[in-house]
Amino acid sequence: MQFMLLFSRQGKLRLQKWYVPLSDKEKKKITRELVQTVLARKPKMCSFLEWRDLKIVYKRYASLYFCCAIEDQDNELITLEIIHRYVELLDKYFGSVCELDIIFNFEKAYFILDEFLLGGEVQETSKKNVLKAIEQADLLQEKTENAYPSKSFIGCKKAY
Amino acid sequence: MPAVSKGDGMRGLAVFISDIRNCKSKEAEIKRINKELANIRSKFKGDKALDGYSKKKYVCKLLFIFLLGHDIDFGHMEAVNLLSSNKYTEKQIGYLFISVLVNSNSELIRLINNAIKNDLASRNPTFMCLALHCIANVGSREMGEAFAADIPRILVAGDSMDSVKQSAALCLLRLYKASPDLVPMGEWTARVVHLLNDQHMGVVTAAVSLITCLCKKNPDDFKTCISLAVSRLSRIVSSASTDLQDYTYYFVPAPWLSVKLLRLLQCYPPPEDAAVKGRLVECLETVLNKAQEPPKSKKVQHSNAKNAILFETISLIIHYDSEPNLLVRACNQLGQFLQHRETNLRYLALESMCTLASSEFSHEAVKTHIDTVINALKTERDVSVRQRAADLLYAMCDRSNAKQIVSEMLRYLETADYAIREEIVLKVAILAEKYAVDYSWYVDTILNLIRIAGDYVSEEVWYRVLQIVTNRDDVQGYAAKTVFEALQAPACHENMVKVGGYILGEFGNLIAGDPRSSPPVQFSLLHSKFHLCSVATRALLLSTYIKFINLFPETKATIQGVLRAGSQLRNADVELQQRAVEYLTLSSVASTDVLATVLEEMPPFPERESSILAKLKRKKGPGAGSALDDGRRDPSSSDINGGVEPTPSTVSTPSPSADLLGLRAAPPPAAAPAPSGAGNLLVDVSSDGPAPQPSLGPTPEEAFLSSGPEDIGPPIPEADDLLNKFVCKNNGVLFENQLLQIGVKSEFRQNLGRMYLFYGNKTSVQFQNFSPSVVHPGDLQTQLAVQTKRVAAQVDGGAQVQQVLNIECLRDFLAPPFLSVRFRYGGAPQSLTLKLPVTINKFFQPTEMAAQDFFQRWKQLSLPQQEAQKIFKANHPMDPEVTKAKLLGFGSALLDNVDPNPENFVGAGIIQTKALQVGCLLRLEPNAQAQMYRLTLRTSKEPVSRHLCELLAQQF
Repeated sequence: MQFMLLFSRQGKLRLQKWYVPLSDKEKKKITRELVQTVLARKPKMCSFLEWRDLKIVYKRYASLYFCCAIEDQDNELITLEIIHRYVELLDKYFGSVCELDIIFNFEKAYFILDEFLLGGEVQETSKKNVLKAIEQADLLQEKTENAYPSKSFIGCKKAY
Repeated sequence: MPAVSKGDGMRGLAVFISDIRNCKSKEAEIKRINKELANIRSKFKGDKALDGYSKKKYVCKLLFIFLLGHDIDFGHMEAVNLLSSNKYTEKQIGYLFISVLVNSNSELIRLINNAIKNDLASRNPTFMCLALHCIANVGSREMGEAFAADIPRILVAGDSMDSVKQSAALCLLRLYKASPDLVPMGEWTARVVHLLNDQHMGVVTAAVSLITCLCKKNPDDFKTCISLAVSRLSRIVSSASTDLQDYTYYFVPAPWLSVKLLRLLQCYPPPEDAAVKGRLVECLETVLNKAQEPPKSKKVQHSNAKNAILFETISLIIHYDSEPNLLVRACNQLGQFLQHRETNLRYLALESMCTLASSEFSHEAVKTHIDTVINALKTERDVSVRQRAADLLYAMCDRSNAKQIVSEMLRYLETADYAIREEIVLKVAILAEKYAVDYSWYVDTILNLIRIAGDYVSEEVWYRVLQIVTNRDDVQGYAAKTVFEALQAPACHENMVKVGGYILGEFGNLIAGDPRSSPPVQFSLLHSKFHLCSVATRALLLSTYIKFINLFPETKATIQGVLRAGSQLRNADVELQQRAVEYLTLSSVASTDVLATVLEEMPPFPERESSILAKLKRKKGPGAGSALDDGRRDPSSSDINGGVEPTPSTVSTPSPSADLLGLRAAPPPAAAPAPSGAGNLLVDVSSDGPAPQPSLGPTPEEAFLSSGPEDIGPPIPEADDLLNKFVCKNNGVLFENQLLQIGVKSEFRQNLGRMYLFYGNKTSVQFQNFSPSVVHPGDLQTQLAVQTKRVAAQVDGGAQVQQVLNIECLRDFLAPPFLSVRFRYGGAPQSLTLKLPVTINKFFQPTEMAAQDFFQRWKQLSLPQQEAQKIFKANHPMDPEVTKAKLLGFGSALLDNVDPNPENFVGAGIIQTKALQVGCLLRLEPNAQAQMYRLTLRTSKEPVSRHLCELLAQQF
């Protein structure tokens, strides 16, 4: 996999993970182009498209689009399930995840992704093992901090 | 599990994020961000030492701001400090910041590498994993240099935790992809292969990815992985859906690992060992059997995971291409998917069937689905699916179904999306030519293409129909009649006028017997279109007219009248004017015999690969033309319908003006070489033009992986020698190695130049992300402007791409620009930096002058710093003719009868730059006895004298 992007229906980028070296300028250009292309597609269309010399695999979950760029010989269907497994991981961690969780806890979304995918390849597919790694990290965290529950602060989750 | 803010809620961060979300406008957001940046900056600069938590919070805010799309230019040091914190979350945020905002500051990199080194040595698996993730995320060469040697050790160490092994495997993979040279192969490779046997499925999953990548470069070193992969796969495939516990995904055992193992096996030919092969075939059959079983779940995840394995299995079967039984079963399975209600499956089935169509075992089986595929082309609502259907029709086409497929594709073309029209046109053109039994069908098809989608019919396509008609006399009469009829339409596409004009000019005589298409009728039909056409087409028509004068003497007076008209003879377009003048004169002064010779019918074109096919391949990447390339299904076809010469230069006689006079090669129009004689005009005047193949349209996108020009490597050691070869000449091979050849053609005039670079892929593998760029080191930017056109990001095996450079010399310069070429070959990045053969002497304008003037100027330039002199030994035989040629190539005029000693050479010229002109005088005194030369340069600018002297001295 060359990169993964999460963006909202309004085209706001929520998470970006690049597995190939690119300049910031190129990243922005690619993001702009892909967000536009994917948002323009109708709901019943297929989840794959050719783009430059890559294949794009995307899927929408509620208000968020998950979009992966894979290489020619990579498997589209298993990539769809990579996306799904990542959503499941977020869901399990945050408890029915929504876009706001990813906005306010973006760093966690990155940490979970790193446990699941590394260098663009699947590292660990077991949900249990990935979450174990993340929770271990949470257990290691210090008691001294003021852990304000951000949820109560923000208020209720927005409905999609 | 508790929601949100597990662990380390950072209240300040949450407040900030929600502030940003509440901003009503972009301006408000920027204002809020700037306020925050100022705040963070002051905290970082303040006297009070920040505690770990605050540092983490601020670094996290910076990260958030950066991810919003704003630039961040500080905070790196604070992030680096966090790396050495003992608190996990602080360390974690530090690493995240470092991997997102990679920085090239070397001092910083040293500190980061130190922190990573400590964590790797800590024996704390969570810290080790964080460090490995960071290396994998950054993946830079510096990281590779620092850690590539350590990671294999961690990977195979007996006491490494499973999670550490997983991270180490993928970390190594990333480093290997970025800089393969830094990862040493060795004793560890054998142990990596044995990770395929590891108890921990996660370790196996990570290891397979690494092995798949490594074995591509060193297949023999990893050969033992075949049997291990087969037995692992076999165990998974035959396991019950619950055996693998957490590695079972929606009732499918280990789908990711299965797919990866099947991918790994595709790096090798079928296993040689009969037992291994038997076991593998059994696996493949099991997968195919399972596809027929009722689903264990209605969830799409179940079917996706299951089918992911199925498609990968089919890919492996196609890769082996040796088991007819499996190939046909695969084809039947895909046939079922063609009508599946899931769009995704239909798409993939069409795609996968394309490759099946090129196997001799399954080609017939694929063909049985033709009706379904045609139906898909007509009814699919998603354009990407329709495109796959068109691809498949193209792949399954052979002589038996060509007429049906071509007519369906023509019909589709009428409603096809604009984005894919050109490709469909190319495909139809290729199929029509390839499978034409009678050429009247071919001609009809191409004319239909022009009628339906004239705008998308590229030059290659209409050049091609002309080549074929020229080469086959059995179709010429039919072609003339058909184009004549097609031109009767009140509105016809300009491409039709071009084809019609050319064909009637060559073969109009074949239909002239019919009074309905008598010569005057043909002429007035063509001329009725003339005024609506572009310059290029009008130029072509003028050539048709002169050909008419030869074919039909009775039209001479009319046509001369047209040529003589003020609108032609005084046309503002220099090309049209020139043609009118020359053709008019030719028709008036030349005898009938001369006219007949000059305007003879075009000779057949030499047979070569179709240029259309080449174009399609460029459009689609490798494999696009494979179904037709190999011709293994239809070996006879290549004999009958062999290709014709692809270069536009040979076909261009009456074609666009640019070709005719070689204007493309000359920067200002005035530089066009005047044709030496009218006879020349009609033969191949542009054969020494710049394009050995149809020029490749520059792709609009930037090459995907091309990195900025700022980080190019130093020029290769031989760059100076290569440059020296081009000081006195403009054309030749600049560089060549096993992969790549770079050829140069250039022309200079005044302070302008145009250079064509030809990049030839010498391998049979496509280059990817091909991106050549020109870089100006130092001040050069202000001295020399080089404008480059982009080239396609892919270069097919054996193909050549051309890049055009427009050069303007702004002021005198000393060092040439760099040419940096980057691409990926077989996955490995390649880069190369050369010196572009543009030296100051290219902008020489020779100046003739008498001896008296010469000496007067010589004296005027008598300041010591204006003169540069060199005495040097001859490196080449001292042949006066060669010397003369070199001096002329250098650019100055050679002045005879100036130097009292006839053995000496004297030259003069002016270097033209935009800002100033530099007059130059030179004198070269050979001493044959001593095998030495003395070279003296005098110019009005000191550095120029010295530089020219150095450049020239190296040439003798």
